Amino acid sequence: MTGGLGSIGIGPYLTVSAILLVLGVFGIFLNRKNVIIILMSIELILLSANLNFVAFSSALGDLSGQVFTLFVLTIAAAESAIGLAIVTVYFRNRGSIEVEDITMMKG
Amino acid sequence: MNWTLALPEIVLALCGLAILVFGVVQKKGQPFLSCSMLTIGAFVLTAFLVVVSPDGTGYNHIFVNDSFARFMKLLSLAGGALATMLTVGYARELKVERFEFPVLLLFSTLGTMMMASSGNLMTLFIGLELSSLAIYILCAFARDDVRGAEAGLKYFVLGSLASGLLLYGSALVYGFAGTMEYGAIQTALSATSAVPMGLMIGIVFMLAGLTFKLSAVPFHMWTPDVYQGAPTPVTAFMAGAPKIAAFALLLRVMAGPFGHVAPQWQILIEAISIVSMLFGSLAAIPQTDIKRLMAYSSIGHMGYALMGLSAGTEEGMRGTLVYLTTYLLMNVGAFAVIIAMRRKGRAVTGIADLAGLGRTDPGLATAMAIFMFSMAGAPPLAGFFGKLMVFYAAINAHLFGLAAVGVVSSVIGAYYYVRIIKVMFFDEAAAPLDRRPLSLSFVSVGMGIATAGFLIVLGPVSTAAQAAAQALFR
Repeated sequence: MTGGLGSIGIGPYLTVSAILLVLGVFGIFLNRKNVIIILMSIELILLSANLNFVAFSSALGDLSGQVFTLFVLTIAAAESAIGLAIVTVYFRNRGSIEVEDITMMKG
Repeated sequence: MNWTLALPEIVLALCGLAILVFGVVQKKGQPFLSCSMLTIGAFVLTAFLVVVSPDGTGYNHIFVNDSFARFMKLLSLAGGALATMLTVGYARELKVERFEFPVLLLFSTLGTMMMASSGNLMTLFIGLELSSLAIYILCAFARDDVRGAEAGLKYFVLGSLASGLLLYGSALVYGFAGTMEYGAIQTALSATSAVPMGLMIGIVFMLAGLTFKLSAVPFHMWTPDVYQGAPTPVTAFMAGAPKIAAFALLLRVMAGPFGHVAPQWQILIEAISIVSMLFGSLAAIPQTDIKRLMAYSSIGHMGYALMGLSAGTEEGMRGTLVYLTTYLLMNVGAFAVIIAMRRKGRAVTGIADLAGLGRTDPGLATAMAIFMFSMAGAPPLAGFFGKLMVFYAAINAHLFGLAAVGVVSSVIGAYYYVRIIKVMFFDEAAAPLDRRPLSLSFVSVGMGIATAGFLIVLGPVSTAAQAAAQALFR
């Protein structure tokens, strides 16, 4: 599986993308400060999957992975737009976007 | 021809755009009401097109239409149309009276239809995102409502995390199977006896993403908060069409491309099913808010529906499909009653607010009693047949432990369903509820009749489900 990747091989690409995924997931769960950081972490997760797709696509010599990446980029843009809109609505109502304040409903 | 296969989706998408334009250019009058009516019309038209659409695969195998897709699409469309109907009467009171609301419901339903027809990991992800993105907005649609905004934010964060995990999983599956088409993945997997580790990790990631959308344990944390905070018609919609579509994906992916590695994932599904059933019935007991109670009840229902999948047989899939049909009927009906719970112009959602409904409003109380008995699985109501079929399939697949847990948890679950009936008919009467609009009465009576008389349509429904399950294994 080293097709178009030259002498590096696919391993390093997968490692980097796995690290990005872990960073993103921890960014969501360990972050106690700000919702914007959560939006950044979500973006990180989607990009880690993209990196995987591009690396696999190159290694397999199959273009469909890269086509998928373009779709994912579009969807990620729409998703951040919607996320920011929801954060704005929330801020107008509560006057804060601290993660610790998002606890009106529980149980 | 490719476009004849996807005609229902194309027509629905064009209708959505046209309704959007119609709503924008309409200066006077009530764009909300006319747009809602047009949306319901579009759903009916699309349902007709779905029924007459031909079998086959198109667009380079990324789009599949078979009897399974048709079955799931009809359920999704019914869920979308009923949710739109539930909104019409109370839109102003719920602060959602803007014409974008029905259009967003329409696009979300379009996404669920795409999911049912996916033949490739790309259409899977795009359909899922189309339906989820619209629901994120719908949750926070009542802009001045603090709870609504919080529900929207929570659902957005956790939903995007789940989509991200699903996407990461599909990347791994793509890489290790070498293709993203379901058919080709199936061929690649059946050729090798040793399944690559990366592929198994990918499958687990995809499973995690999909079970999140189903709100099955251990990915259920968002459900109670989002159900409680979102506007009630949105909750009614979320509990219906998107879950059915997530099931459509789960059944198609697990039975088709990953069918050859069934022994590996079956144990996972079985565990998720057991934990969901138990958690759904135990955690619902202390609840005092009926929308939260419905959230826990839906977690439990997803557990029962997964039982059919963990059997892994055609019979099990048929059971799951019938279960989802009955779930849709009683769920929409119960939410119609919850939307009707208003006193002096304010929504009330406590279980105690139902007290004495049997005397102040016998019709509504009877409808609610039918839905509750049906959810508890009392014969001869709809819920009983769904449960019967999945239990039967589990026993035939020698999953005795699973079936036993199912029976135990449905007995525990009956406690809180029957408690609602007790509150309605035997507790001291509270003040009567406000008069409700005709559309709510229509939906609750319609669903009540469908739930109570499900025995009459059981034959055709299970024949259709049988055909759909056969299409999965072809």
